[in-house]
Order: sequence, then structure tokens, then C-alpha cells
Amino acid sequence: MSARRAALAATAFAVAGACASFASGQADTRRSGAEFMSPATQAIERDDTQNPAMLWVADGEALWIRKAGRAGRACVDCHGDARISMRGVAARYPAFDAVAGRPVDLGQRVDLCAQRHQQAESLPPESGPRLALESYVALQSRGMPIAPPADPRLDAWRDRGDALYRQRIGLLDLACEQCHDALSGRRLGGSVIPQAHPTGYPIYRLEWQTMGSLQRRLRSCMSGVRAEVPPYGAPELVELELHLMSRAAGMAVDAPGVRP
Amino acid sequence: MARAIVSVPPAAKRGDVIEIRTLIAHPMETGFRADAEGRRVPRDLIRRFTCRYNGEVVFAAELFPAAAANPSLVFHTIAVESGTLAFTWEGDNGFAQTETAAIRVT
Repeated sequence: MSARRAALAATAFAVAGACASFASGQADTRRSGAEFMSPATQAIERDDTQNPAMLWVADGEALWIRKAGRAGRACVDCHGDARISMRGVAARYPAFDAVAGRPVDLGQRVDLCAQRHQQAESLPPESGPRLALESYVALQSRGMPIAPPADPRLDAWRDRGDALYRQRIGLLDLACEQCHDALSGRRLGGSVIPQAHPTGYPIYRLEWQTMGSLQRRLRSCMSGVRAEVPPYGAPELVELELHLMSRAAGMAVDAPGVRP
Repeated sequence: MARAIVSVPPAAKRGDVIEIRTLIAHPMETGFRADAEGRRVPRDLIRRFTCRYNGEVVFAAELFPAAAANPSLVFHTIAVESGTLAFTWEGDNGFAQTETAAIRVT
């Protein structure tokens, strides 16, 4: 455990170094949502015997080797050992899916893989198996820098996500940036406003008392400003995810996270 | 599928106080909540947790609706001899799950 922590610390240090040079000498002021949490919640996230997300990881590890669908194939049959093949994968999603002709996030990729290659039933958004596999895959990128792919097919989608981030929505007429850029670190009601860097997804949210995806988080925020909430899998949500990941490029993945 | 994570030091000296951590996946539904259609969601709780050290109860707890989902219990016991720690969670709807962990005491 302590050896792994040391390795993580070393990775975090390397990432911090990369960010500093990325911002051409200026200090990186970006902070993971984990840094805004109380010490008690941080302690839950850091300890894998306390982090409830590890229950989903355990499920995902079991599902990885279980044969499913009409093809009778398991994830491991194509991908091999997830600890090797899935290393860094969560750090570069959403990615472009050529068959669908649009970007997909990690949860959608898990679902598409189940449908296409296992010929299994679709794994609905926020369902146990989908979140379990997503958590297990995300864990393999822990400590690695977020690295959005330089795929030109993503550019238009990412730009739309950037515009959505700045667009006022809902009855409260608020844009994401008004809270998460201008007022981060201050409070909304009793809760600290983080900088909206999606480093820890999927997360175990104490308020939800369960695991949830970044799309669930985005939909909660939209509902909070009394805006019309797009359905799970809607292009707007993936566009926002693309923008948020490029905004957080270089920051260390701390998935699966715990959030208040 | 019910899942649990149990953390016990694999080895300890006789007389040492050891920390044991447990975590189990369970909705801990209070029975007081309503679903989207206004129907009451039936109660589904873990009612009792027991830790047995080579068959002897060293720690037990009763759980109530105020406990959060996926309850975590952390407690201490004294390492007396090598053997097995058995953890049992029991609750509504016939819920029963047992996990075991070995400990070597020198």
C-alpha cells in the first residue's frame, strides 16, 4: 500500500511538472474536486478498504472475466488483462467512434462493446454492470495524466462543448463558467463549488449513496439551474464531457472518486 | 450480487490490538421513502453484524434506518491466536452473507 502511494505521489509530481511547463512557466491553479472536500471525505477516497466505489470495482473485475451475450465472450477474451490493456484508457475518453460517427464516453463505449462484440443486451446508463465496468476500467488510469486524443474528428464536438460551458441556461440563467470558473472555492448553499475538473469519474457520491457517471453529475447541475435536462447519451452531454476533459488535460486521474 | 470488502492484518503479534475494516454493498432502504409513483419503498436493512474469531463473538452491532447505504464498520480486537475471522451480515428479506479472513498470530 505505502509503495503504491509513493508511486502515485511520484506520478502526481511528474504530472504537476508537465502542467507547469504546459502553462509556459505559470503556476497551475487547477485543482481536483478532491482537494475541495473535507479531510474526512478525502480519507474515505484514499483508502481502498473504505472507498465504497471499490465495491463496484470488485463487481467490474468479476464481470471482466464473465462470458456474456450470444457471442459467449468475456471482456478478457479480446482485451486480455485489464490492468495492462486498460491502462490510460479512461484518461483519453470521450473518443470518436467511427461506426456510430460520433464521440462516445467511457460508459457508452462499455455499452457499445457489450452490444457489438458480446451481442449482449444493452447496459442502460447508471445501471450496476455499466458503472462497475466503467469503475474497473477507470481505476487502471489512476494517477495518470488526463490526455484527450488529438483527433480532428472531435474538434467540432469539443468546440460545441466549450460554447455550452459558456452559455447561460435555465430559469436561473446561469452558465457553467459563472460558478465553476468565477466562483470556485466559494460556496453554493452549504457546498463548496469545485472547479469542475472530471478527474474522479465515475464517482461514489455520498449524497446519492451510490455510484454515478459524469453524465449524471452534469444532468444534476442542469436540473439545479432549472434548465431542460438532456437524456442520458445526448450529444450535448458528450460535448460537455469533451470540453471538460480538455480543460483538465494533464491533471491526474483520481478515479474512482468519492464526492460529498 | 452481494459484495463485501474486509480488511484484516494478515499477521500480528499475540496481544496486539488489530484494526478490522469492513464494507458491504447494501441499499439500506429505510422503509420511510416513497418511489416516483408515491408508493412506499419496502424496508430493506441489514439488521445485525457479527464478527467471530475462531467461533467466539468478539464484535457485534445492530443497524438501524439511520445508517447510510453500503455501511462501513471499523472496529478493533486483540490478536490472541492464529485462525479465522468470520464476518456475518444479516437483515431483512432473509439477507445473510458471511466473509472470512485468515490471521496468523506469532
